[in-house]
Amino acid sequence: MSAPRFRWHIAVFLAPAVLVYTAVMIFPLFNTLRLALYSKIDQERVFVGLQNFYTLLGDPTWSDQFWNALGNNFWFFLIHMVVQNPIGIALAAILSHPRLRFAAFYRSAIFIPTILSFVIVGFAWKLILSPIWGIAPSMLDAVGLKSLFAPWLGKEEYALTALSLISVWQFVGIPMMLIYAALLSIPEEVLEAGEIDGITGMSAFWKIKLPLILPSIGIISILTFVGNFNAFDLIYTSQGALAGPDFSTDILGTFMYRTFFGFQLQLGDPYMGSAIASAMFAIILVGVCLYLFGIQTRMRRYQL
Amino acid sequence: MNRKFLALALASTALFTSTAYAEDVTLTIESWRNDDLALWQEKIIPAFEASHPGIKLKFTPSAPTEYNAALNSKLDAGSAGDLITCRPFDASLALYDAGHLTDLSDMEAMGNFSDVAKAAWQSDDGSASFCVPMASVIHGFIYNKDAFAEVGVEVPTTEAEFFAALDKFKEDGTYIPMAMGTNDQWEAATMGYQNIGPNYWKGETGRQALLLGVQKLTDEPWVAPYRTLARWGEYLGDGYEAQTYPDSQNIFTLGRAAIYPAGSWEISGFNTQADFEMGAFKPPVQNKGDTCYISDHTDIGIGMNAKTAHPEAARAFLTWVASPEFAEIFGNALPGFFPLSKTPVELEDPLAKEFVSWRGECESTIRSTYQILSRGTPNLENETWGASVAAIKGTESPEDLGKKLQEGLASWYEPQQ
Repeated sequence: MSAPRFRWHIAVFLAPAVLVYTAVMIFPLFNTLRLALYSKIDQERVFVGLQNFYTLLGDPTWSDQFWNALGNNFWFFLIHMVVQNPIGIALAAILSHPRLRFAAFYRSAIFIPTILSFVIVGFAWKLILSPIWGIAPSMLDAVGLKSLFAPWLGKEEYALTALSLISVWQFVGIPMMLIYAALLSIPEEVLEAGEIDGITGMSAFWKIKLPLILPSIGIISILTFVGNFNAFDLIYTSQGALAGPDFSTDILGTFMYRTFFGFQLQLGDPYMGSAIASAMFAIILVGVCLYLFGIQTRMRRYQL
Repeated sequence: MNRKFLALALASTALFTSTAYAEDVTLTIESWRNDDLALWQEKIIPAFEASHPGIKLKFTPSAPTEYNAALNSKLDAGSAGDLITCRPFDASLALYDAGHLTDLSDMEAMGNFSDVAKAAWQSDDGSASFCVPMASVIHGFIYNKDAFAEVGVEVPTTEAEFFAALDKFKEDGTYIPMAMGTNDQWEAATMGYQNIGPNYWKGETGRQALLLGVQKLTDEPWVAPYRTLARWGEYLGDGYEAQTYPDSQNIFTLGRAAIYPAGSWEISGFNTQADFEMGAFKPPVQNKGDTCYISDHTDIGIGMNAKTAHPEAARAFLTWVASPEFAEIFGNALPGFFPLSKTPVELEDPLAKEFVSWRGECESTIRSTYQILSRGTPNLENETWGASVAAIKGTESPEDLGKKLQEGLASWYEPQQ
């Protein structure tokens, strides 16, 4: 009787992915968490424990910025949840309607912005909304609504909402595609059975389709949450590292970048920067856990 | 016999390699001035290599926004170039303190520069100088001469005349009185506050008093510029809140605006873009005959990597950079970046000449937030950006802004506590 042979091929096939993932994701993540516990004092790296986190949350000059960025991040997330996801679901519902013509064309057209670079999207929208060269003021003028135009990206009260909506425009294709796929997987028999019971049209969507795609909506919410709390590019390309005007568009990503790498005369502080990055990691981790254990496990699933 | 031959052979190879070595010295220059790549390759490097056989130069610039971060990691990894272009004040001081830059105080050529010029690259006590000053930029206002003639406006010298001129342009309506936006924030501080400010805080007198803690940011000389900036808002173009720096440049060079609050670095770009005649005037003073103060900000220096393999060659280059010959080439190739050496340089560009002539009429100072005061958190320079924008937009009163900046500064800067 020989012991069961060690199955080498499993290790061999796993190795590339594990090695690459460890080198570019796991190691930097843990190193960042470690770096957050150090500080530089007189050119020496010193272990300071949780001091950086006390500073971040206790020192008003840091905590004000941190809470401001966190608050802005929640607003950014909220706009995506109330605007992007319902629109995505509605678009998917319309696209999956069997009698809609040119569905493939609409699907591609709506999805294309998602594959564009943030730099292009930020730059294009900045031009569109520019009070000087932009087409937004002249378009509003053409329909007699010029008075509604404001330099949105330059006003404290509108800038963050405007940027959130730009981001919604860019990413609305993702929930649309996921929901579209979920809708297509609903078997015809279920809908036909409903039809026999007199459930058609809108009520078929609310009573049959929506409950069946709820797990997909849950996944989309969590993807939106993670994506929004890691966001950085759009704000950085359109408003710069100071996230103007007056930090009204500052989110955790830009706050972390400014601290870690420095900006203009502000020298970079990798240790405080890591502390902010760790805080971001913790927030996302808590959010994802709440969702996974609080909502996902209780969600009712239907055998199709 | 045999042994002798061997020794000879060895000696000759050693000699041979050492001469070959000397011919091959290549110095690499780190810089953020990627705009100047052509200038270095076509003018500066050939001029240096002609007079210094045996030393070759390689200019390897990176993007301005990435420079500091990239340079720091290269220096830590030991892969940085032999010569380092120095940002003024703390960014370079940090490199010196970390042992990345060599002390150059013993270089004879450093005597070609005034103390003010050297101050941007010295340790706080002034005992060590670690970069050779290369150039400074001067603030002022560039104006459209055609627009001034058309609307019939005289070049202003006092503040009252300045606002009268702006009013006239506003009334006339053909031109946007002043091209500036607040979207990118730094223009409001750099071309606004630091441009007109020195006339209020009396240049170096006020700046030193602030450093020593004798004056506070809540004092009149530091608050008054915000009060003046608050009046600028109505003369800027529609939607200036979202107007970016390139927008402002384009509005002015397309001839749509009359006045552009400027730094002299704009000159070469404007010369190629604008097809009308431009002039420049210095920041207006309060009353006719007042002493004028200008921001003549030390902006670029060059130092030596402490770990360079060719310290002799690097020193030879730095000595040359400190010479009048370099100043002449640099000043004329880059109008708007003014050489700092004591020997005056004959400039050809009329606009650049106008700017540099103010050095003779006015007292020079540097930007108030650059030396020491932007060392802590919150960062005074970055805070000044936000404050200047708030002043122009009128979202906060000048007094409140002064109070907020003072609180931030006092939270970490001892002389102000």
